[in-house]
Amino acid sequence: MRSSWDIAVLGAGPAGGAAARIAADDGADVLLLDEQRRPGGQVWRVKSAARHFASDSPETRAGDAHRAALEQSKVTFRGETRLWHIERKKDIWVLHVLTLSGTAIYNARAVILAPGAREFVQPFPGWTVPGVFGLAGVTALIKSQQIPPGRRCVVAGSGPLAIYAAAEILRLGGEIAAIVTPNSRADWLWCLPALLANPFLAKRGAEWIAQLKRAGMPIFWRHLVTRTKGNEVLSALHVSRCTSEWAPTGAATEIPADTLCIGNGLLPNSEIAALAGLELHYDADCGGWIAPVGPHGQTVIPGLYLCGDGAGIRGATVASEQGERAGMAAARWLKGAPASSGSQRRSHRAEWLGLAMTGLSRPRRGLDSLTTPETIVCRCENLTRATLEAEIDAGAASVEALKSATRCGMGPCGGRYCLTSAARLIEMRQGAAPGTVSPPTTRPPLFPLPVAAIGTEFDYDDLPIPAPAPL
Amino acid sequence: MSESYDITVVGGGIMGCATALRLAEGNMRVLVLEKSDLCQGASGVNAGTLSLQIKRVRLMEYALRGHRIWASMGDAVGFRKTGGFTLAFNDREAQLLKERQTLKRQAGAPIEFVTPKKLLQREPEISSKVTIASYCAEDGYANSSLTGQYYRACLKAAGIPYRERAPVSAIAHGSDGFVLTTSLGQVRAKRILLAAGAWLGPLAAMLGVNLPVRARVNTVSVTEPTPPVIGSVIGHATGLLTMKQKPNGTVLIGGGWQGYGTPDAGRGCVSGKTMVPNIALARYAVPALAKARLTRSWTGFEANVPDFYPLAGDLPGVYGAYVLGCVRGGFTIGPYIGKLMGDHILGQEPELPLFDPDRSFEGVPG
Repeated sequence: MRSSWDIAVLGAGPAGGAAARIAADDGADVLLLDEQRRPGGQVWRVKSAARHFASDSPETRAGDAHRAALEQSKVTFRGETRLWHIERKKDIWVLHVLTLSGTAIYNARAVILAPGAREFVQPFPGWTVPGVFGLAGVTALIKSQQIPPGRRCVVAGSGPLAIYAAAEILRLGGEIAAIVTPNSRADWLWCLPALLANPFLAKRGAEWIAQLKRAGMPIFWRHLVTRTKGNEVLSALHVSRCTSEWAPTGAATEIPADTLCIGNGLLPNSEIAALAGLELHYDADCGGWIAPVGPHGQTVIPGLYLCGDGAGIRGATVASEQGERAGMAAARWLKGAPASSGSQRRSHRAEWLGLAMTGLSRPRRGLDSLTTPETIVCRCENLTRATLEAEIDAGAASVEALKSATRCGMGPCGGRYCLTSAARLIEMRQGAAPGTVSPPTTRPPLFPLPVAAIGTEFDYDDLPIPAPAPL
Repeated sequence: MSESYDITVVGGGIMGCATALRLAEGNMRVLVLEKSDLCQGASGVNAGTLSLQIKRVRLMEYALRGHRIWASMGDAVGFRKTGGFTLAFNDREAQLLKERQTLKRQAGAPIEFVTPKKLLQREPEISSKVTIASYCAEDGYANSSLTGQYYRACLKAAGIPYRERAPVSAIAHGSDGFVLTTSLGQVRAKRILLAAGAWLGPLAAMLGVNLPVRARVNTVSVTEPTPPVIGSVIGHATGLLTMKQKPNGTVLIGGGWQGYGTPDAGRGCVSGKTMVPNIALARYAVPALAKARLTRSWTGFEANVPDFYPLAGDLPGVYGAYVLGCVRGGFTIGPYIGKLMGDHILGQEPELPLFDPDRSFEGVPG
């Protein structure tokens, strides 16, 4: 099978798909890789074939258009392919991937990263009980399987994702017990100008809210879920009013539910960028730690581009345009032309809205107090806030030191679910501002890699014979 | 921060911390400066093997005493004395194993040779392709990740101040000692010990001394928790494999396969080209590993000089300056050679001789 390409694009969502298509249209030989079977990413995830009879949402239709455009292009798409390591050997990028049939190595002269985002959930008492789902995970379920996540759901979280997920659960026949959001109506009013500048998305949002209102769904503005009840499965949860900094305040209301969908904003996936050699910096408006990029997605490493939510959370419209610019810039770079000669399509209105929505979703510092001393922060290793803070008080003043001492973040998730919270615990203990404690060094493999899948061509007789260690 | 000490230790790894503790016992006022976190260099990222079978003949006495110190540190550093097997899979390896382990036995390591049958009785998951193995009951491991936590607590208990994330950018040497410029301000000290591992070269150069320090970029990998597959520390006649399973079920795989990068440029990079055969060799030796998943691979910088003996003694030509580092098998020997170094600085005769950094490296094959 072919293994060398002009450009490899990692991630086939709005950004990566557009980048691949534009670069291929410009004559580059493009390989597009994604973990999913079909292009679309998280936001335009394809509907499962078994669910073809379900009605289409605008997201499904946008994804279908995206997939059709890719199919008509000269892009080579390989799905169900996961990157576990990326290296640069001289001027060639070496991509180590795992496919359904084992490991493979692809080479490319330029790489465009479109790794998207993942959600952040502030740990709170009972967040590890079965029945609690991440909001983004629930939207993936909704988009692919077209079924609600449970019988009686509470949807909690900030920004538009909570409203969207609740409206979709309702559309799919689920029961919504309550919508709980730390945002106030005033927060949303503040975004009105940015919304009105993007009438299509504003209309879509207004439809969701109207739908929820028509169905008589209680919306708890400026509220938080503070704990769950039930040991084996979720039976109920507590909801409290919160301050403008999202610190819970006042008495709790108990709401019976078997399902909680909760999220506190999105984090850019920065692991591949870091592994590829880019330095990360903290930008709260972009959602956290990101690698800096130029207007065409160019990074400080020649031939390496970054676009989409992985370069800062701005949503699908902006991601798609960023992808076009990065794809064109990469194709031009291969020909020795400057990036600025490429695509200039850029919607400042969409960027305005993206910034506003990220601002709505971004966790405020009061959320920290949801994590009680007994709350598990690192799920893989079962470590509570109290355990981590004891180690911080004993002198562990960096994420690396905390990891070494406690194993926080050393489990199968690779720290994706806990190290943001762990870094924040260190910052709070030191009285430091958010973004002063850096994430740890990213190491391969990027996900737990089956030992059986690597080194399958190993021949014992090929072992190098090293010079014996000195006696 | 403008402070004054009897001695400043530059480098908060195992050797620097162990020396600092000894010096404090001798009533010196010590400050430890570390550019990142305590024990985050080679001290904290190596595979943690404590094996006499891979120690140099002339360093065996030091290693035996090093083992005793690790044993005394116990659970706080995850010490386990499991015994260790070194495996040979063909005639060439068997011959290599016999020659080398015989010399090490003569040097004092209780090493014996065992048949494949005896090996498989103890370690049934090991490949039946082994032709002969050597065994040392003294072998085991410690958890290198815990050394930072351990020494941080020791320094605190001894009342020794330390500064982390305080890289030294300049060292001035005057008649009354040294002035070190760090990111946290200036520090004065009558004496100075450089114990910065792979970062020793540039530090010594600040005092006008050229030390021929190089670094190997060793790769280590770990699996997620896995049902028990091995109970002992496993090595390979060529040195290309070390393996141990921790009480939490994770299997740690090393063997000195080289990544790339330099100490100045960060933490080093894992090379797929060497990491993959390292794991494949581990699976060849223990086929049941095929069921495990690899969660992480990383690299660490192992410093050395051309003759692969330690630098341990006075920094040539700079009165009041000392250097300690570049010990092959430095994890094993570190806590012990730190004590020897401390004795030397305190003006006492160390129990075993140090290794003069002023020796000639010319003509030594590098």
